[in-house]
Amino acid sequence: MFQIKEQPTVFDVAIIGSGAGGGMAAYQLAKAGAKVALLEAGGYFDPADPKYITQLKWPYESPRRGAGNHRPFGDFDAAWGGWEIEGEPYTRKNGTQFDWFRSRMLGGRTNHWGRISLRFGPKDFKRKSIDGLGDDWPISYDDVKPYYDQVDKLIGVFGTVEGIDNEPDGIFLPPPKPRLHELFLKQAGKKANIPVIPSRLSILTKPINDQRGVCFYCSQCSRACQAYADFSSSSVLCIPAIKTGNVTLINNAMCREVLTDPSTGLATGVSYIDREKLTEHTVKAKVVVLAASAAESSRLLLNSKSARHQNGLANSSGVVGRYLHDSTGASRGAFLPHLMDRKRYNEDGVGGMHVYTPWWLDNKKLDFPRGYHIEYGGGMGMPSYGFGSGIENLNGKYPTKDGVTKAAGGYGASLKEDYRRFYGANIGMAGRGEAVPDFNNYCEIDPTVVDKFGIPVLRFHYKWSDYEIKQAKHMHDTFEEMIHALGGVANGTKPGADTNYGLAAPGRIIHEVGTVRMGDDPKTSALNKFSQAHDAKNVFVVDGGSFVSQADKNPTWTILALSMRASEYIINQVKQKNI
Amino acid sequence: MKRRDSLKSLTLSSLGIAALSPQVALAEQRELEMQNPPETPLKIPGGRTKEEAIRDAKLAKEKFLTVAELATIRVLVDIIIPADATSASASQAGVVEFIDFIVKDMPQHQTPLRGGLRWLERESLNRFGKGFTLASKAQQIQIVDDIAYPEKAKPIYSQGVAFFNLMRNLTASGFYTSKIGIADLGYKGNTPNVWEGVPADVLKQYGLSYD
Repeated sequence: MFQIKEQPTVFDVAIIGSGAGGGMAAYQLAKAGAKVALLEAGGYFDPADPKYITQLKWPYESPRRGAGNHRPFGDFDAAWGGWEIEGEPYTRKNGTQFDWFRSRMLGGRTNHWGRISLRFGPKDFKRKSIDGLGDDWPISYDDVKPYYDQVDKLIGVFGTVEGIDNEPDGIFLPPPKPRLHELFLKQAGKKANIPVIPSRLSILTKPINDQRGVCFYCSQCSRACQAYADFSSSSVLCIPAIKTGNVTLINNAMCREVLTDPSTGLATGVSYIDREKLTEHTVKAKVVVLAASAAESSRLLLNSKSARHQNGLANSSGVVGRYLHDSTGASRGAFLPHLMDRKRYNEDGVGGMHVYTPWWLDNKKLDFPRGYHIEYGGGMGMPSYGFGSGIENLNGKYPTKDGVTKAAGGYGASLKEDYRRFYGANIGMAGRGEAVPDFNNYCEIDPTVVDKFGIPVLRFHYKWSDYEIKQAKHMHDTFEEMIHALGGVANGTKPGADTNYGLAAPGRIIHEVGTVRMGDDPKTSALNKFSQAHDAKNVFVVDGGSFVSQADKNPTWTILALSMRASEYIINQVKQKNI
Repeated sequence: MKRRDSLKSLTLSSLGIAALSPQVALAEQRELEMQNPPETPLKIPGGRTKEEAIRDAKLAKEKFLTVAELATIRVLVDIIIPADATSASASQAGVVEFIDFIVKDMPQHQTPLRGGLRWLERESLNRFGKGFTLASKAQQIQIVDDIAYPEKAKPIYSQGVAFFNLMRNLTASGFYTSKIGIADLGYKGNTPNVWEGVPADVLKQYGLSYD
């Protein structure tokens, strides 16, 4: 194990959470020589340690063959936790449907995430100026670009330079060639006038340093990578940070609140309970960085009440917990009859789509204000629980290559032929769109409920607006256009108004942001443009909580860039003795 | 006499003395637990958390399906996915053991499976005067033919159809996630390699190219 040079009684920085934001802060600050306490609610995780590895396991190495009835994204998925954690409830009010995903482990949700690494575009920082809704960020793309550049080089992302307005190009590694269904998607996109371009994923197709290997195309990024070939905060940020000798990693640290000095109001440290030993601890630090994920960071701040911070720490504005928003999500599958009886070869590729569709329309011409991108799936993947389910809906509809029409369903040798001929002939598409932040979508502290540690829990209040519902409707129209252009047959029935066009419940896309938003005005924001709390200059929030708005892009790359920016600011402020 | 000696194998409650105070009953229980041999320490397989290993070990010890039910399932899965020129049968690929586990792990399958098997048994008794596993192959197929084709089945067999759909789905899940089934399907992945795109002959087959 790595030697800690010394354990100080007062750390320079205490970081709560080891995901994208926390990991980046730990990395930057440790490299700058700061003594860092990194507090992680979950256990230790290293994607390269056989104790934890699920990558390259066959489905029969799980008694449930990879089913998702326990780990929500499948038995091999690298997420310890899920929507419900025993003894750690959250509540909802007024008929709210909100689901909250936690990964309690070093690296958090970055161990299993989709690696979709998109920069926000210039417009994404100035949405109010464009459509009058929500608010503008106090910073612009130009402020963040230098950090996006550094993140691209530090972590690695593949893609192609496309010059698309509002889809800034990065410093890219070469992308993998499209798979068969992705070549068809490109063709269909040309017909339907919908762009299909190489995806931008944080997976190494070329080596970038001596510490990480190169992708070997097993398509299992969601299981985390023993070659460290994809971005997980655990492998890429936390473990290297720990190697500097400047980080004291404390696992199983469930933080209760940030402690503050009654006379100055500044943070003095963090109080936490050891989840396993159930012992109470305090970590003293000169600076406290919250990165527990948007909702959890707002929970911590709201639970950090004192005489000076009666509404919770960093909350004189009252916005902590407010403006909670998640990406919209709707999806559709289709069957491609001309892909029956496919030739077999290894089609795994990387752990995600090789192509995607960035937002391509002008919202001024549409009945909803914000855009979405489309993610694609398909191909001859590794079977898991549920393989072949519902074949009775397919095998009566499509004659065999010898022109034989069968009765739907059936059994026997003929059925085995059906499973073979349909394999790899499916495609899926999912829209991921920008929701408009709303003060009335929020999380707050439940007045009566506590978790098993006695920490007051979050209560969610959330309703999709017409902006998001109409966007989901448009997604389905687009899906059918694409499926038609592909010569495919859409699965099931097109969702209608009665299900909000299949719009996923909020929280289900796991991109929740906005609850500790930044801004220039301390009356309407909790943080300044450097992610620093207006009310306490030694408190920072570097997870998605700081976002003013979300974009039609996933938050992670921006979380990384903003955390890097905030870390640089902390280092400069400490050097100048301002903090 | 020491209390512990008197409780070595008997408890007052096991002697039928019902009106024990809760404190006495609890003390008895604790004495017994202390006398039981210590459990062998749980080995956590790679890629499992401790809680998951505990859960899987517990499930492995449980029993839901009876010997008779498993015998019927064995016949059914091999009707659904028999051996053919390419690969072995479902039972040879461990599908019965898979189903035995999965109904413990996914309780929502328990009643539909148990009820469906009971439906099948009764159907066989009504038609042939014997249970499904004792009927001849031709007799078994006669019943299966009435429930295997959702679009052709008579309405009175709708519950049988639902049961057979469930059996077909579970059989497929178990078979195609087995080593034998994966080889049958021809899945070629899950191995380190270099992705160089769609093979040339496949591009040609579909008239595609990388521009």
